[in-house]
Amino acid sequence: MKIPRALIGWILPVAALLLWELLARIGFIPANVLPAPTAVAIALWRVLQSGELVENIRVSFWRASIGFLIGGAVGFAFGLANGLSRFSEALTDTTLQMVRNVPHLALIPLVILWFGIDEQAKLLLVALGVFFPIYINTLAGIRSVDPQLVEMGKTYGMNGNDLFWKVILPGALPSIFVGVRFGLGIMWLTLIVAETIAASSGIGYMAMQAREFMMTDVVVLTILIYALLGKLADTTARILERRTLAWNPAFQNV
Amino acid sequence: MFADTLAFIETASRTPPRDLPSSRQIPFEVTDEADVGTRGMGLSIRGLVKAFDGPPVIDGIDLEIPAGQSVAIVGKSGCGKSTLLRLIMGLETPTSGSITRVGENAATSARFIFQEPRLLPWASVAGNVAVGLGRAGTAKARREAALKALADVGLDGRGDAWPSVLSGGQKQRVALARALVSRPRLLALDEPLGALDALTRISMQGLVERVWRAQRFTSILVTHDVSEAIALADRILLIEDGRIALDIDVPLAWPRQRGTPAFASLEKTVLDRLFDGFEGGAAI
Repeated sequence: MKIPRALIGWILPVAALLLWELLARIGFIPANVLPAPTAVAIALWRVLQSGELVENIRVSFWRASIGFLIGGAVGFAFGLANGLSRFSEALTDTTLQMVRNVPHLALIPLVILWFGIDEQAKLLLVALGVFFPIYINTLAGIRSVDPQLVEMGKTYGMNGNDLFWKVILPGALPSIFVGVRFGLGIMWLTLIVAETIAASSGIGYMAMQAREFMMTDVVVLTILIYALLGKLADTTARILERRTLAWNPAFQNV
Repeated sequence: MFADTLAFIETASRTPPRDLPSSRQIPFEVTDEADVGTRGMGLSIRGLVKAFDGPPVIDGIDLEIPAGQSVAIVGKSGCGKSTLLRLIMGLETPTSGSITRVGENAATSARFIFQEPRLLPWASVAGNVAVGLGRAGTAKARREAALKALADVGLDGRGDAWPSVLSGGQKQRVALARALVSRPRLLALDEPLGALDALTRISMQGLVERVWRAQRFTSILVTHDVSEAIALADRILLIEDGRIALDIDVPLAWPRQRGTPAFASLEKTVLDRLFDGFEGGAAI
């Protein structure tokens, strides 16, 4: 029997799910510790019907994307500037490296003092978290562009603009994608922490509410939803990567 | 910002079905007699000196290269032959002296073929060849010209392939097509066949010879292979310690026959001079 490659990756999760259901059914795992998958599914149906889930996912998704866009754009801009200009790097890199060594989640108390539990607080934290992986990988990508290709471009009469779009940016793109994927991971992590600690909506808030009422099934459900959203973001990045890096032998598996 | 890059990459990777010309022409057959002998650019080099930190690498070179001549520069490694070529191409600035290009008329007049193919891995083969055309004409016209240049180097139908799937010899052919697509008046080749295997090398030498005889641009080839120099050039310059140690014409008929006594004796003359006072040319 030949199992399609796309399905192989799902064998272990499905097996774990079945085992979990079994152990919960026979009472080995008490329901208030970890409810059975079926109980979680019922909870899913309940919050779906009340509209609570969709609204919270929408809020969380919005925060994640806006925060990612802001942090990613600023990180990308600094990465480009510092990769292309020695002056810009000399001016800003030391400062950025110092800021990078402050764990951004350590800023939560300060951010709450500044913004309370408003949207700005979450957006700032997500943007700050996403900024560094994108900045560092964009910079490294531009630095790693083959100088021989740059010399070729110059001898073939490319001006600065051509050189950037045809040689430097495509050469830096694989590294930039590494940054994007790191950034997506940090984006969800930051959002989970921020929403759990200081929020009045979103999936993290939903989890904290459920904890107050001892609704373990909803808590488990929110964790699974975070996992799914993370997987979704990663898959999107991968598809984008495959499309734009089709030239790369690493993405040309037959 | 990303959108343009994506569009650029997408254009390069698009694969429209394409009809190959049915009448296959032999690449670079000399057809247009009027064209021959009018395409080259002359070079006049006066008192050229180039020093990096230390003793000069090029130490006072005076050289006249008439338009359309095929010159080979040979010498031991480190003698300054590649530096001379890079100076001629403007990739280095001379410490003193001058290089005058006679009859240059456009930025695309001079083209350089490097030792490595230096293809953009993210552009298709045709996209890489189109780099040689810069911004001239429409994208469609550039693509047409690129495909034609590819056919000329024996790579028709490969325009939409990625460079990573080509062999070393094929990549160097693409580099040749990229250099030739703008119809340059001066072609500089820096050991372009050095990294190829012996068989590919011979067939590439044949290709370079046919191309030069068909287009009659000025050609300057740097090589460490004396027989390659004799097979491809009108004139051989031997560089030693940054100076011209030998400057001889190659009086053989085209295409060069490698087995002949005249070829062998010329090869011996150059090799003897190359190893003069070093290991004794007669012993080799």
